Amino acid sequence: MTDLAALVEAARTGERRPLARLLTAIEAADPGLRRLLPRLFAAGHGAHVVGITGPPGSGKSTLVNALIGEWRRRGRRVGVLAIDPSSPYTGGAIMGDRVRMMEHAADRDVFMRSMASRGELGGLAATTWTAAAALDAGGFDPILIETVGAGQSEVEIARLAETTVVVEVPEMGDEVQAIKAGLLEVADVIAVNKADRPGAQQAARQLRAMMSTAGGRVRRQPPKIIMTTAVSGEGIPALVDEIEAHRREGQSPEQAHERARHQIRRALADVVGRRAAASAAWDATVDAVARREMDPLTAADRLLDS
Amino acid sequence: MSDERPTPIRVLIAKPGLDGHDRGAKVLARGLRDEGFEVIYTGLRQTPEMIADAAEQEDVDVVGMSILSGAHMALLPRVVELVRGRGMDDVLIAAGGIIPDADVGTLKEAGIAEIFGPGTSIGQIARYFREHARRRS
Repeated sequence: MTDLAALVEAARTGERRPLARLLTAIEAADPGLRRLLPRLFAAGHGAHVVGITGPPGSGKSTLVNALIGEWRRRGRRVGVLAIDPSSPYTGGAIMGDRVRMMEHAADRDVFMRSMASRGELGGLAATTWTAAAALDAGGFDPILIETVGAGQSEVEIARLAETTVVVEVPEMGDEVQAIKAGLLEVADVIAVNKADRPGAQQAARQLRAMMSTAGGRVRRQPPKIIMTTAVSGEGIPALVDEIEAHRREGQSPEQAHERARHQIRRALADVVGRRAAASAAWDATVDAVARREMDPLTAADRLLDS
Repeated sequence: MSDERPTPIRVLIAKPGLDGHDRGAKVLARGLRDEGFEVIYTGLRQTPEMIADAAEQEDVDVVGMSILSGAHMALLPRVVELVRGRGMDDVLIAAGGIIPDADVGTLKEAGIAEIFGPGTSIGQIARYFREHARRRS
């Protein structure tokens, strides 16, 4: 049996082994963790949590690798959570983000963890939030959360961050594709990666035009667009500057409040959903809906009332 | 909590040393994913230190190494030493690739639990990992 309380204490030193084991317990939603969560969250130092998301193939992992290098040069200890989808059929997952980041594997001041989404019941938002809290308690700052920007839940995870970076590439297609992807709306900073490729300037121009006319959400100003070539390191210091400026310049109190509310809403919905799924009435209710004896909305009412 | 599936077994698949052939490792990584494992793939040309450090941060249950270069006698025992040195006493360490029968005994003595040669099916490897990987409470 693992002594979770001792793990939480040891993880606060930033040592790898206890931190790694604590993350395993968090991923498995170990019931023993629940009473320790107040202590874990209170042990945080207020790390800057940065979400990195973008379409598959946009170079997120390479970019994260370059960001780690830049923040290390600035004397920071960097935490990384790289999240990949689990197969809904087998529960398995393949996580290859390390391939691009192995140069930092032996650096004691970098902690990198691959996490599989483990399906809806796993409560990905709550898990990610808690995992980030563990890295924060371990003294890592910033904490980078990398997710594939495909699928609503992955995008939502990136929004748990205080600053969300959306990675685009010159070949993103026409602007309508970029809008449809729905990613740009969540961006605080946009990195046009692979900027050495043809069409990069044009893509940046299109994005700039799009962002300047985009309305809707409460925002002081459109996100800054930074050109990066992650492989060569071009533009990386500027990107880090911009990410830090986003935090420093701060959000208006209303934006900060709205973001906090959003994060809490997501995490609570995850947790509440998981508890509902564990309730005694769950299976019977699911069966009833499957047999068409009950409609889904009535079923939800029943579960919430029970 | 009451997830229906048990917590997946986490496996690190690594290519130690200087050979550049990772087809086998990639096929295995995908195959194990399809068998329900969470596979962390590290890519080519890893030093034993990088492999041990990755295993530690990922808190894996199994480290699987594919090696075709002939440097297995130098690299594989070193990985065992480093992984154990980081306090991961119960992590299963296995290898596959081109490893002469004559070396198998020595490698097993050095702590490589099993060696899978050419022709081994993914199903066999998956079964072995399921049977021998540590199970967490």
